[in-house]
Amino acid sequence: MPIVLDGAGVTVEAPDGPRVLLEPTSLELAERRVGIIGPNGSGKSTLARLLNGLVLPTTGRVLVDGLDVARQGREVRRRVGFCFTDPAAQLVMPTCVEDVELSLRRTEKDARRRRERALEVLGRHGLAEHADVTVHALSGGQKQLLALAGVLAVEPSVLVADEPTTLLDLANTRRIGDLLLGLPQQLVLVTHDLDLARRCDRVLVVADAGVRFDGPAADAVEFYVSSVAGVR
Amino acid sequence: MSGPLLVGVHRPGSSVLHRLPAGVKLVALAAFSLVVVLTRGLPAAALGAAVAVALAGVARLPWRPLWRAGRGLLLAAVVVAGLQWWVDGPARAVETLLDLVALALAALAVSATTPVNALLDTLVRALRPLRRLGVDPDRVALAFGLAVGGLPGTLALAVETRDAARARGLRTPRAYLTPFVIRVVARAHETGDALHARGIGDD
Repeated sequence: MPIVLDGAGVTVEAPDGPRVLLEPTSLELAERRVGIIGPNGSGKSTLARLLNGLVLPTTGRVLVDGLDVARQGREVRRRVGFCFTDPAAQLVMPTCVEDVELSLRRTEKDARRRRERALEVLGRHGLAEHADVTVHALSGGQKQLLALAGVLAVEPSVLVADEPTTLLDLANTRRIGDLLLGLPQQLVLVTHDLDLARRCDRVLVVADAGVRFDGPAADAVEFYVSSVAGVR
Repeated sequence: MSGPLLVGVHRPGSSVLHRLPAGVKLVALAAFSLVVVLTRGLPAAALGAAVAVALAGVARLPWRPLWRAGRGLLLAAVVVAGLQWWVDGPARAVETLLDLVALALAALAVSATTPVNALLDTLVRALRPLRRLGVDPDRVALAFGLAVGGLPGTLALAVETRDAARARGLRTPRAYLTPFVIRVVARAHETGDALHARGIGDD
């Protein structure tokens, strides 16, 4: 599904002042796995949040499958799922199955069928035995898996994941990374994990509120390490 | 399951309370709460508390986690009762304490035996006639669900903030309460973003 930050350039300014969060940016993202890397505070999350309408552009337009994120946000959010860094903020219902059911309320009105589908989703992600467990009793990796399950339950065409492995240990980073990169959906992955970035089809390097490199993963990681991060 | 996490969490089961429709339980809880609050006198308060304990038993609430989860609330109830003792005397104080325990236990019995989504469906159905007056049943039900679902998370934040203050050697209420309020507000913003991103509330 093509995602377009239109030709005139998309800009985002901070709501509380003249600070520019993202300088004029024009992009078309059609690859299945797009990575976004860059330092903290560089504008990566702002760019990611534009794609789901969590942040609206100050100038320019963001189009997902031809739909304007600012004008047709509801339709866009049906197509674009979003996964946050901290799953605790994303899990809002008391138990695992209830949280997935909350996602499904929009598409499945029948309560019994909704629960069946939620249990199916949990089973698909290896969380079936935790269906009635309180979300707060899960490990960090399980919480992120559940947050992803809740997003994927409604079968979005695009998944935007904003540093989904930052809070996880190595084993869970690999588990969540493998899950994300193996999804049939288009993935836009913001990450500090360069191993994950290297597995993307295309990687954007964002620094100082702008896209400084855009190309194949290996070249982008090399550019980031040598030019932006300043380490070898 | 650790103590504070019991609050507001559905526990699957097959008791009479589990089998009752969510709407019946909600109406009964509202009626019970009104009777407890409006009825005066120690015998009535004792009866209300006894009924609530019986409900908790029928709902098969586990007593040990219930004690761990409820002791903070009980402490608050004791403080309130203490004030009542000072203002209105011992009988009124005991009555207040029993009333608060009865209300908390009855609410826990309902929340433990009813999935939140069943409560939301019931509320949406009940509020549907008010749509003509501009009320959005889905949003009202969602707000209710978030209030119930947010309890364990808020309690977890409180414990984390207390531990962080202790780790820095800070014991004053201000060192604990100020960051706690800030974190709750920040979490509310994050939850709002997450709901927005999931398209919940769009319809």
